[in-house]
Amino acid sequence: MTDFSVIGKPRGRVDGPAKVTGQAQFADDLHLPGMLFAKLLRSPVPHGRIKALDTSRAEALSGVVAVLTGKDLPEKYGILPVSQDEEALCTEKVRYVGDPIAAVAAVDEDTAERATELIALELEELPSYMTIEEALEKEGEPIETLRFGPNVHKAVSLEFGDVESAFAKADHTREDLFFYEGSTHLPMEQHAAVARWEPEGKVTLWSSTQTPHYVHRALAKVLGLPMNRIRVIATPVGGGFGGKSDPFNHEIVVAKLAIVTGKPVKLTLTREEVFYAHRGRHPTLMWVKTGVRKDGAITAMHFRSFLDGGAYGSYGVVSTYYTGALQTTTYKIPAYKFEGTRVYTNKPPCGPKRGHGTPQPRFAIEVHFEHLARELGMDPIDFRLKNLVEPFTYTANWLRITSCGLRECVEKVLEASGFRDKRGKLPEGRGVGFGLSAYMSGASLPVYWNDMPHSEVQLKVDRSGTVALFSGAIDIGQGSDQVLAATTAEVLGLEPEDIHLITADTDLTPIDLGSYSSRVTFMAGNAAIQAAERLRDQIAEAMAAKLDVPTDRVAFRNGRVMDAQRPEGGVSWEEACAVAEAAQGNLMSRGAYKPPELSGPYKGSGVGPSPAYSYSACVAEVTADPESGVVEVDKVWIAHDVGRSLNPTLVHGQVEGSVYMGLGEVLLEEQVFRHGLHKIPSMLEYKSPTTKDMPPIETILVETVDPEGPFGAKECGQGPLLPVIPAVANAVEDAIGARFHEIPITPEKVLSAMDKAARGEEPLIGPTSLPDYHLGEVLRVDPPDGKKVELFPMHEET
Amino acid sequence: MLRLPPFAYVAPSSVEEVVEALHTHGPDAMIVAGGTDLYPNMKRRQFEPKVLVGLANVPELRAIRGTPEAGLTVGAGATLREVSAHPVIQEHYYAVAKAAGLVSTTPLRNMGTIGGNLCVDPRCNYYDMPFPWRKAVGFCMKKDGDICLVAPGSPRCWALSSSDIAPVSLALEAKLRLIGPQGTRALEANDFYRDDGIEYLTKERDEILTEIQLPPAKGLRTTYWKLRRRGSFDFPILGVAAALTMDDGTVTRARLALGAVASRPEEVVEAREFLEGKEPTEADVHAVAEAAFELAKPLDNADGHFYWRKRMVRPYVQGALKELLRMGPPESWPREYN
Repeated sequence: MTDFSVIGKPRGRVDGPAKVTGQAQFADDLHLPGMLFAKLLRSPVPHGRIKALDTSRAEALSGVVAVLTGKDLPEKYGILPVSQDEEALCTEKVRYVGDPIAAVAAVDEDTAERATELIALELEELPSYMTIEEALEKEGEPIETLRFGPNVHKAVSLEFGDVESAFAKADHTREDLFFYEGSTHLPMEQHAAVARWEPEGKVTLWSSTQTPHYVHRALAKVLGLPMNRIRVIATPVGGGFGGKSDPFNHEIVVAKLAIVTGKPVKLTLTREEVFYAHRGRHPTLMWVKTGVRKDGAITAMHFRSFLDGGAYGSYGVVSTYYTGALQTTTYKIPAYKFEGTRVYTNKPPCGPKRGHGTPQPRFAIEVHFEHLARELGMDPIDFRLKNLVEPFTYTANWLRITSCGLRECVEKVLEASGFRDKRGKLPEGRGVGFGLSAYMSGASLPVYWNDMPHSEVQLKVDRSGTVALFSGAIDIGQGSDQVLAATTAEVLGLEPEDIHLITADTDLTPIDLGSYSSRVTFMAGNAAIQAAERLRDQIAEAMAAKLDVPTDRVAFRNGRVMDAQRPEGGVSWEEACAVAEAAQGNLMSRGAYKPPELSGPYKGSGVGPSPAYSYSACVAEVTADPESGVVEVDKVWIAHDVGRSLNPTLVHGQVEGSVYMGLGEVLLEEQVFRHGLHKIPSMLEYKSPTTKDMPPIETILVETVDPEGPFGAKECGQGPLLPVIPAVANAVEDAIGARFHEIPITPEKVLSAMDKAARGEEPLIGPTSLPDYHLGEVLRVDPPDGKKVELFPMHEET
Repeated sequence: MLRLPPFAYVAPSSVEEVVEALHTHGPDAMIVAGGTDLYPNMKRRQFEPKVLVGLANVPELRAIRGTPEAGLTVGAGATLREVSAHPVIQEHYYAVAKAAGLVSTTPLRNMGTIGGNLCVDPRCNYYDMPFPWRKAVGFCMKKDGDICLVAPGSPRCWALSSSDIAPVSLALEAKLRLIGPQGTRALEANDFYRDDGIEYLTKERDEILTEIQLPPAKGLRTTYWKLRRRGSFDFPILGVAAALTMDDGTVTRARLALGAVASRPEEVVEAREFLEGKEPTEADVHAVAEAAFELAKPLDNADGHFYWRKRMVRPYVQGALKELLRMGPPESWPREYN
């Protein structure tokens, strides 16, 4: 099926009109009769022990309906089963400025806020740990002590192949240190949640969440209710980027308040509070050593990462693994060692931000390889081309690579940008830089162990011929509604607008694990295609009998169903549905997707495997002014292997959005703390690029038609962010010789590099040491040498 | 979300009634014109007025009158959009139009007024934060506290003058008209400001700024260079306003003022000495830039490293002056980042 009518066509979104006209109902738009408003009292200190908490004055305030403290919600939770370390309201200790301690529900927000100020709170301040080094080295009562030592949340050490002897085979090795400051998501929509106690003894939660199913599970655990007494509805999400993927304290609090008061309760975070909800990019300190032969072939790599996790676990165990897992998906690294350590600090918890754990090492490696190649006397691009992974191979750490358009991405982006004619040849102050990357089209394992599908779709047709599609997937702006409607419409010969979507409502829709990990197009898309094919086959069977032709000659096109050999005949879709319903009863179908078993034979192998990897290559051209220190990006070229572009308009939007976010991280955004709290928790002072700061972007789509993807599609929402950051850093070096082993590249750092150059020092800005922490035990794993790649295509017709 | 606290709103229809309302309500009252500075500050509880005296019904405050030959009078209530788009201002008082057009964003320029910008509350990233944040970091003397968090040993507040129009008004030697219970007075823009982050205006609480009087434009060349890290939204972290009166190639009058380097806009008086009465050379321009550099003392209370903000004073002053003196081709001037 290559003659598509919907797939591959640039078109608008089914959810577009409601969003641009303001009719879409976001969580904060919900107003229920008798609704109460909640506010949280938050910790004013980064680390402290609660000595006394007296809510009596708050309770006595007129208009206050209920006050909760940690005693009311003592059950701990967290997104990962291994990190159940969060409390909806702190019971004994507070771990960051902003950690919630008490909650008030009142007749209006003003009263609720006044009431939080009437709560008497006595805290004993504890030593605070604001950096990776402090967490590992500073004396005092730790934030938490797990089996890896004080303040160490997770430590992992994995070795694939004999790294020491592989380094011994190298003709040249190089080591570099890097620091990635971290950043936050800055979604336009502030998190909001509304809960209502239902007369039948259930609680309903509406929330701006990327993961309604995981919120459902966490609510059950903390509220002590069976899941069937909780309904979670994800409202349209005004930007998530990973920041709405955890179960959050405010969601649990409103649900509990609704139960306690019997009334609907709403809580919308302030912008400041969004910075405290965080779950953003981990500040990461990295060390990388690579061994190469004279001809440029990599023999071994050793990568160490230290992640500043903030106050709680969140996805941190997974984040830690991700800083090591995907190094091998772009370059052939026959022997690879990874050591990752995540520490607790007294800052808002870090978690998954677009690219989850992989932009940091990608920045490090793509800059490191520039130096390494030049030391070897090789062109850095040729060095990379020499080592690129090949499609349909296994990596040393057991990742199965299927379709891979990386080489084509590199070639196309170099050609479009004129990179080879520009590198080293532009006038002083101007430069070009390159970077490449890979990302996952969804993790092949769910967040908690189960062997059920990751995405399910149900279709149902009514007497109007309307196809109702039921899916747990939530559109967070990435376009999942359009993907579901378009894939279904394509199979059924309809238009996306003919599909009525019912999404992300745990009472009504079948599972989708959530809009995270770039998984929805791949997984829910595959489930939708399967459901649509099954529905189509039912109708085809009934129509075959009516048309008196073999079933496989029944065709579905342009809202009509006909004999493929007599396309002028046939009946309308509605009539065909009537024929099928008369013959078979209710018209409905189901589809499901579960990734194949892809994990390698070792502990920790669950992080990294994906049914398919997307690939990106990027060139950035910059002007860097050595006098002012200002770096301006003149243009970005980016090539992205999306498998198949289901809707070029959406794909371009995702790629451009990724470029925007990458540019913010590399040049502007400062996730910095002062006196123990976020320095600038405001949309004005946290400098994310505006439209006026965006350079032109030239996006080149590469289509490799993945054998397992929906119509061959792979992800495009995260991967294209990754290469942008090193491309800019490398371009700055080309422009003015300053080497950045640390981001963001702010003007004063550029000036500092220029000052170093003037003093005859290497103009390098970056970290100079690594903490002295090693996990004793190393898990040694034999690479899957010679393992044959097995494919599990789901549909014949991609 | 952040809530706007309750307040009473009065809407007088003449300047006299405004003054009367301010006088009647005393310290509980504040003026609101565009509200783009005031309302966010109220939400963050930096301002806690009980009564707002709205200027929306006082059309006389919005008038732009006069001629470039005699001088132009801009009503304090003219919006930044009206000022930036005004053809006479664009042609004869370029710095005013440019500065007004670089304030914040289009929607805020449609609401915010030139008078409001002149009176904008000095900013500090220890101060322009929501109440719970300020409470956590420890209140500062500008609101609810007693020390300066930027300079803890300091007896005074170091909040930063963050108006784009203020340095321009100094460079143009604009006269400001104030009306209060004691009547009308006019004062030099320079005398409107005090070097204190809290008591930053000489305006009395019950006075209202009604007009900005721009001088005759004959021979006048003006410009404004704004430093900020993004092309929109951001307050200046350095502003350089320059005004030269030219007679042929000779500078007869030179005024240079800096914004966002202190609690008030600061004139670089050396510019008069180095530039007036001659056809300035590149060396003169550098000498002025050096004097400006010495004068600027940015602190760690705004966006951008203070070291960088200070470093940018030299190229910005050079750039602004070279632009006005048409000294070499524009490509040879330092870059402006706004």
